Amino acid sequence: MQAQEPLTILIAEDSAADRLLLSTIVRRQGHQVLTAANGAEAVDLFRRQQPSLVLMDAMMPVMDGFEAARQIKLLAGETLVPIIFLTSLTESEALVRCLEAGGDDFLAKPYNQVILAAKIKAMDRLRRLQATVLQQRDLIARHHDYLLNEQRVAKAVFDKVAHSGCLNAPNIRYLQSPYALFNGDLLLAAYTPAGDMHVLLGDFTGHGLPAAVGAMPLAEVFYGMTAKGYGLAETLREMNAKLKRILPVDMFCCATMLCLSFQRRSVEVWNGGMPDGYLHRMATGKRVPLPSGHLPLGILSAEAFDDHTDVHPMASGDRIFLLSDGVIDTSDANEQLFGVERLQQVFAANREADRLFEDIEQALRDFGGEARDDVSMVEVSLLEYAAAQTPAPVYSDSGQSSPLDWSVSFEFRGSTLKRFNPLPYLLQLLLEVHGLRAQSGALYSVLAELYSNALEHGVLGLDSSLKRDAAGFALYYQQRNDRLEALQDGFVRVHLQVRPRGEGGCLLIRVEDSGKGFDVAKVMARPLEGLRLSGRGVGLVRQLGHNACWMDEGRSACVEFFWGIEA
Amino acid sequence: MSVVTEVSPDGQKLTIAIKGRFDFGRHQEFRESYEKLNAKPESIVVDLKEATYLDSSALGMLLLLRDHAGGDESHIRVVNSSSDVKKILAISNFDKLFDIS
Repeated sequence: MQAQEPLTILIAEDSAADRLLLSTIVRRQGHQVLTAANGAEAVDLFRRQQPSLVLMDAMMPVMDGFEAARQIKLLAGETLVPIIFLTSLTESEALVRCLEAGGDDFLAKPYNQVILAAKIKAMDRLRRLQATVLQQRDLIARHHDYLLNEQRVAKAVFDKVAHSGCLNAPNIRYLQSPYALFNGDLLLAAYTPAGDMHVLLGDFTGHGLPAAVGAMPLAEVFYGMTAKGYGLAETLREMNAKLKRILPVDMFCCATMLCLSFQRRSVEVWNGGMPDGYLHRMATGKRVPLPSGHLPLGILSAEAFDDHTDVHPMASGDRIFLLSDGVIDTSDANEQLFGVERLQQVFAANREADRLFEDIEQALRDFGGEARDDVSMVEVSLLEYAAAQTPAPVYSDSGQSSPLDWSVSFEFRGSTLKRFNPLPYLLQLLLEVHGLRAQSGALYSVLAELYSNALEHGVLGLDSSLKRDAAGFALYYQQRNDRLEALQDGFVRVHLQVRPRGEGGCLLIRVEDSGKGFDVAKVMARPLEGLRLSGRGVGLVRQLGHNACWMDEGRSACVEFFWGIEA
Repeated sequence: MSVVTEVSPDGQKLTIAIKGRFDFGRHQEFRESYEKLNAKPESIVVDLKEATYLDSSALGMLLLLRDHAGGDESHIRVVNSSSDVKKILAISNFDKLFDIS
């Protein structure tokens, strides 16, 4: 038998003889003894010495055992201090009173030493059990508080990361359940230097913190590359490579990424593993699905990753709606899923486009689904070009080292043109010139326009008049992909020349290509305003830059930018 | 048992059958089903005939299995998927990594 740890035992007994007898027995069993001659003394001793167990006579003067038991139990609180009543009472009613007053057991007089020892031992077991339960409960409560606090802090940090972009732009509406991020949902939006808008809705595998950790590196790449002017393909490739490198094999991120161009009135889409998004054409009321065509991010190696995107024309006011699987995978009591069909019924019944989210939420409630904490919806609409505002970037350097007299030429050839996007690099270079920073948006737009004209119409020989209608638009981008894939030779040359001029300076951009050129006079004769899906590029360059002109039968384009003086 | 493993008599073919919900709750059993084998089987079949549901952590588990079986060199067939399960596999384009029927 295991040796029992000595306890401090309080004996409350009014008969001095009985008290002495009991004390002797208990002491001999190895315990420390405190004695009281009545209930009041017992309560007082308990308060001062906190014994672990009490042997309590029922009938005592001043305060009887029942009242003393009640008071001691009250003082002990959650801690179990077993009270064994010592009683010569035999009527069941009296025994019941002992238990009702808080007694845990009773012992009949005269005392049997063996039974007393066994009862003390049994009560001690209970006491320890209770102590362990309380200790574990407190431990769990502390851990829980700790976890909640960690989650709260992490959420505050993640919210800052996820919301440092332009989610508050006037053309974005979104709805996310408060802890959606901790279920792996991520929503990011930011402007490119040209004033286009990149939007990403992602959904990491798993739940809780593990699902949220991938959000940090993904957001970093998204904001960093978008701000530098990289396109969807490069940004997606980088995000995929980064996630593949850092995430465990069974973690990945389903994502839909958009590039919304107010200037070209188009949207470029890449969907890897997310539910269908929808392009809602306001003129016809039609919803064009934007289905998943790729594996999610973080699964394929950099070489195998497919960055192919789809481009759709948009009209002013058209909307794009994206959602996470939390919406369509909401299940009712019978594990029936809400599903895409019910979602489309909501679309069909929707009368006010601005109330779509509310309609969907109502439908989810009517469906009786269990509320999920990973419901994300976002709607982005195409505004008129002028209405889209790009905030000016903030720079932290002093401007003392601004280079003001230099020129540089690049020639990008066949295999480079296939994949490499030189624009972010060129823009970075030009923004070393402080005077140009205020017009970085216009600068990037013009560079992007001249470069894509040289590549698409020049090197690849694509016909911009194809883009007159939606079907031609799709065909145009199909041909662009095919011809780029097959490209062997050809070149695009970019010459940049920066010269000081008075208090400010002047930048000359010349872009040449190896293509067939075009009828400059005919294109220049078109009015600047009122151009539809095609040919907007030339007008844009003329509006944003100075002295734009085309030479060498359209194979060479020149445009100037001035700063610091009136041009 | 909601994950039932069967190895062909010659040890060349491993069949893993999932019953009921294929989600994070099956993680341990699913991993054990192929990690406990002494010899690497030539081919692996995941039978989803009795799987009622599949979530993204199940997709993660399939990726783990694929990685274990040699990544791009592996050949894993996912058979008997219900139309709902097929839809989930299709959205994620897992047919590019697995032979799904």
